[in-house]
Amino acid sequence: MNLHGTPLSIVIFALFVVAVLCLSTFFARKAKSASGYYAAGGNIHWAVNGISFAGDYLSAASFLGICGMIATLGYDGFLYSVGYLAGWVVALFVVAEPLKRMGKFTFADAIDAKYNSRGIKLAAAISTLVVSICYLIPQMNGAGSLVEPLLGLPHWAGVVIVGGIVIAIVATAGMASTTYVQFLKGGLLLVFSTILVVSLLVRGISTDPSSLTDPSGKKLLFVPQHTTEAGLLAQGGQLVHTSGDYQKFVLAGEPSWWKRDAAGNLAQTQWTGGGHTNGKVGGLLYPVGRVQAIGGMSEEQAAKGTGTLSPFSFLAHLTNADTKIEQWATAKVTDEAGKKITIYYAKTVTGTDEMKPGVKFKVDTLWNKLNFVSLMMALFFGTAALPHILIRYYTVSSPAAARKSTIVAIAAIGFFYVLTLYMGLGAATNGTINPADSNMSAPLLAMSFGKVLFALISAIAFATVLGTVAGLIVAASGAVAHDLMDRYAGMNLTDTAKVRAGKVAAIVVGIIAIILGILFKGVNVSFLVGWAFAVAASANLPAILMLLFWKKTTAAGIVASITVGIIAALGIILTGPEMFAGPYGKTAADAWHKLGQPGIISIPLSFLTLVIVSLATQKKREIAR
Amino acid sequence: MLHEPARDSGPDHASVYKTRLGLWMFLFYCLFYAGFVMINVLTGGKAMQTIVLSGMNLAVVYGMGLIVLALVMALIYNHLCTAKEHELESKEPEVGQ
Repeated sequence: MNLHGTPLSIVIFALFVVAVLCLSTFFARKAKSASGYYAAGGNIHWAVNGISFAGDYLSAASFLGICGMIATLGYDGFLYSVGYLAGWVVALFVVAEPLKRMGKFTFADAIDAKYNSRGIKLAAAISTLVVSICYLIPQMNGAGSLVEPLLGLPHWAGVVIVGGIVIAIVATAGMASTTYVQFLKGGLLLVFSTILVVSLLVRGISTDPSSLTDPSGKKLLFVPQHTTEAGLLAQGGQLVHTSGDYQKFVLAGEPSWWKRDAAGNLAQTQWTGGGHTNGKVGGLLYPVGRVQAIGGMSEEQAAKGTGTLSPFSFLAHLTNADTKIEQWATAKVTDEAGKKITIYYAKTVTGTDEMKPGVKFKVDTLWNKLNFVSLMMALFFGTAALPHILIRYYTVSSPAAARKSTIVAIAAIGFFYVLTLYMGLGAATNGTINPADSNMSAPLLAMSFGKVLFALISAIAFATVLGTVAGLIVAASGAVAHDLMDRYAGMNLTDTAKVRAGKVAAIVVGIIAIILGILFKGVNVSFLVGWAFAVAASANLPAILMLLFWKKTTAAGIVASITVGIIAALGIILTGPEMFAGPYGKTAADAWHKLGQPGIISIPLSFLTLVIVSLATQKKREIAR
Repeated sequence: MLHEPARDSGPDHASVYKTRLGLWMFLFYCLFYAGFVMINVLTGGKAMQTIVLSGMNLAVVYGMGLIVLALVMALIYNHLCTAKEHELESKEPEVGQ
């Protein structure tokens, strides 16, 4: 797809950036002290903090990644919504108030409150940096995906723009400006996502969706043609290459790829590679995603559409066993010259299959079951262990305010996650999926309602990235300047020097995030965030929980637990099938093991390590007393 | 140890009560969440496609239910914690006397 930004989208985006930078300049005066820079002085109202939590947490993974995953895989994407929200229960019931009572600026403060151990400071700071970097990659990647249709700029430009703006936000006013950027973004995201979903329900479902159009008003939706090999040959086509189930024909001098089924029927695909896209040099991929049949309606009725639907009847229509939905998948083949070709092909699923888990997260084999349980564990236990979320508890005045702000966050975030199901399914049925990049499904759905809504939603999506990345960079800079330089290295920085060190750290982390965002182009952002949750849940949560609920916990136990948690989680990810099939450019079968999600091993292992090491170091604990 | 809060919020007399209540509510929610995961794992996803409410299947209803339950439990937790905080705050002067 080759979507270019309209002047309106550019104006809205520019206005938002100017507003954000003005906010940062305004708050810069309040961020002269370390408390002001790292914790906004502890003066944020709990209601503002609650929406800021939403602004911090509802990242590119939530808005772009989950909607994209639901659009392409159906219900499986919604599992992330359920898991991400459920994680807030752990934050509220177990972590929020004790953490507020114990800590000052960073996650390490809370963990180290009872011990004053250099080892804990180091381990917690490293853990914060690792989790923040894992989380930053998908956010920056999402920024690159957004800027292409919004401003008509390449992916790398989006990453650089976001990185530059966020560095400016954080380096001028730290947590104070970050809080209000997140508040603004969280509020706007909720309001305009609601408008998008209401518009979707008013439109209803149709087998002839409004879809996207070109400037002349012609629909861009790609509807695959179906034929046979004999049919193509009769039209003068020439079969030039076969690769597995895929056949390349040349028709009227134009190459095309077709997917062959078991009965020998051919279905048209979209493809890119060898310098061509859909048969042309510089050609375009077309948007996809439609309903082929609606259960309980004739073909004519279904083409006219259901009309306005309630939230329940929208889901019920799509769940109907007789409803048929066109999902799109990707295959990699080589052509006759040995060039790599990426093929995007359609497959028809029933409403029953669309609306139940199992397309991506299968539970048919033991390994698949373990992977599924592992993912759901990581999502549940990861939220309350994310450093950029934890530091937001220090921006309010009391433990009670921390609790109340978490409840506001649960209400706002829970409501948004319900909306993701509608936005994802809306993209799947309205011809607004970019087959090469599912992350753009929600903004493209907005585009099907007009350029104004698209411009607004895209600008907010961009703000989504800004808010989350700012929070991550504040957390990472706190880990470097406050935990490592001031506390671990014993540099005893003055208040002013600590703020200056935090700003320099923010710039360095921002530059690293820019580089990683460019390198990881095109990977589904929600999937990457799932790994960040796994590392956080494995490294941080056992330490937090045991510190609060087990009196025999020792400093050595916490250090060992964090270290083992990081190494186990990262080790399993880096040697697992997802890395081999993805970034390593090999196949899943080449992986060292079959576990794609580490939580089911790394979380219990981290707990066990803490218990064993703590029991083994009880003597030191008594002596320390 | 220089790990004091960014802002002193005073003593929290209800902290023991709140910690215990939070732990029990956390375990209660854990059971519902584990049920969602295990139904999917143990039935190979088949139970999740059962239509249970207004044409919607168990996967949608249970998933949405977990989101709503989290909010309802959060409000109950806040109500109980706030009541306890007020109760202990009102007793505090008597202790001083």
